[in-house]
Amino acid sequence: MMSPSHSEPVTSILAAHRGQPGALLPILHAVQDALGYVPDYAVAQIANTLNLSRAEVHGVVTFYHHFRITPPASHTIQICCAEACQSMGAERLTRHAEKSLAQVSEGECELHPVYCLGLCANSPAMMIDDQLHARVTPEKFDRLIKKMGDGK
Amino acid sequence: MSITVFVPRDSAALAMNANAVARDILAEAQRRNIKIKLVRNGSRGMMWLEPLIEVQTAQGRVAYGPVESGDVRALFDADFLHGGKHKLNLGLTGEIPYLKKQERLTFARVGITDPVSLEDYLAHNGYRGLRKALTLQPAAIVQQVTESGLRGRGGAAFPTGIKWNTVLNAAGPQKYIVCNADEGDSGTFSDRMMMEGDPFVLIEGMTIAGLAVGAAQGYIYVRSEYPHAISVLNEAIAVAQQADYLGANILGSEKTFTLEVRKAAGAYVCGEETALLESLEGKRGIVRAKPPLPALSGLFGKPTVINNVISLATVPIILDKGAAFYKDYGMGRSRGTLPFQLAGNIKHGGLIEKAFGVTLRELMYEFGGGSASGRAIKAVQVGGPLGAYLPESQWDTPMDYEAYAALWAVLGHGGIVVHDDTADLSKLARYAMKFCAVESCGKCTPCRIGATRGVEVMDKIIADQDRHAQIGLLRDLCDTMLNGSMCAMGGMTPYPVLSALNHFPQDFGIVKKDPSTGGHHV
Repeated sequence: MMSPSHSEPVTSILAAHRGQPGALLPILHAVQDALGYVPDYAVAQIANTLNLSRAEVHGVVTFYHHFRITPPASHTIQICCAEACQSMGAERLTRHAEKSLAQVSEGECELHPVYCLGLCANSPAMMIDDQLHARVTPEKFDRLIKKMGDGK
Repeated sequence: MSITVFVPRDSAALAMNANAVARDILAEAQRRNIKIKLVRNGSRGMMWLEPLIEVQTAQGRVAYGPVESGDVRALFDADFLHGGKHKLNLGLTGEIPYLKKQERLTFARVGITDPVSLEDYLAHNGYRGLRKALTLQPAAIVQQVTESGLRGRGGAAFPTGIKWNTVLNAAGPQKYIVCNADEGDSGTFSDRMMMEGDPFVLIEGMTIAGLAVGAAQGYIYVRSEYPHAISVLNEAIAVAQQADYLGANILGSEKTFTLEVRKAAGAYVCGEETALLESLEGKRGIVRAKPPLPALSGLFGKPTVINNVISLATVPIILDKGAAFYKDYGMGRSRGTLPFQLAGNIKHGGLIEKAFGVTLRELMYEFGGGSASGRAIKAVQVGGPLGAYLPESQWDTPMDYEAYAALWAVLGHGGIVVHDDTADLSKLARYAMKFCAVESCGKCTPCRIGATRGVEVMDKIIADQDRHAQIGLLRDLCDTMLNGSMCAMGGMTPYPVLSALNHFPQDFGIVKKDPSTGGHHV
């Protein structure tokens, strides 16, 4: 992948947030929304514009679970592993998902735990890309994954 | 006249396919040439019935649920548009015991109105609190909140009025109102439901707070896991601004208040108020030492009111109906209501707003109908990942801040996570340490190192390596975390760990599984 020192989307994002108090998180969200992740060259550009060191910006990016420094797979699956979902079999669902997704080619899908989607009375819950799903059984998981593969 | 049909837009309904149900209802109505008006309301909070759809009839709103896409045609055949008989017909929504037995003050409109319709909000007593506040001096607004007895609903239960008073008396001119909507506790979703189901009441509460302390700018810090809440809030803020309920001249009063939604980025510790402020300033969410209090030196070093969603959303009804009305609910020093969230392994999970004083047993059995699995309930974690596990002997204690403190437990943000008898409390204790290790901001040693050591010690206990000595170490470690941590992250992780150990020692392999002995502390 090319790593330009300067990128047009990042430049316009920085311009859009000029003067905003505490702008770093909104900028990082906008960059990740546009590019899928926060690349090194964006860190440099952001640091330069906000008059911060690259280490400071990098420190913020890596502090928060939401931000990523590598490009995402085509699909991101997040299974809630917090207590409410544990009480309804999230662990079993995660094991099933790992097995099930082992057959999917690399770069197609990535699986992450998430700690609470706020669907705790409809556990276990998960998110496929930006779609929420609740009361997910292993069978329902397989159905949703198949649909995901067919759909996009 | 067209018939009004309600299909929730709440995340819990969406996660159960509500959008497909809404789409199919519209399509089927068109196919049959029937005019309907579809409203995307918030959730009524009966989560096992989602998607719960409702129809406005002459007798009132009739509920059907849980509705799947495949049920839509049959519902039309059964004339559900006039409340017709069908196996999913639940009768009049307001008569469903789960709802009828509640005391909905803060959640009065949630699930009833269209969340982004200002007209609907006004028709259901909206903005009456703000109109009242505009006739009062700032100190009189603060006094109403103080007299109501409202305490911080985020979990710390600090009296809201006292916090506001500190900010009111702090030197200006720049002050801020910050809403903590970083609802990261497992088992909680009341903030989410509020933001998705009645965003105007939060906006109104924050505006009143601004008038009360002399702040013209507010921020709502919402977790990134709540994209729907963020979009509903932004929509409602734009509507409020358009109608002069926000902006430079609120309802012609020449008072200014503007609001901005800020998206968090998945760090649990940012629910701690000072870490949240750091995050809003664009930094890592590292906890600050207190003092100075945020009320005196908060966001960008300025005096700041920082309150939870539910605290702020409760302010309008206090201003509207008066402090005495609100204070009349509850018990002891816990005044008013708490929106409890019943979650985990429970048959009828959802949101139950009740006055303080209700018991866990009532919530779990009279409302919740027992476990979802049908097995015996073993342990209940109240108050999120930093809350204690309660054994059955504690389920009859009234839910009140002080009564829970006496049990060495917390009400927190009102989340209740039920576990059946298949749960292994030593694993849950290990999880609590693990969660703390992952989510610690790293500022103080007891939390940063303590949690990592805690996981190792728990692993040894589970593997039965020198178990008794390890349990001694675990207690020692918990003592250090409890007394030495800078904030509740490390300071309260011992709650789930030690309550699990003390109440369920058999799961740690230290007493025989014999209920008649009751177990004893090691």
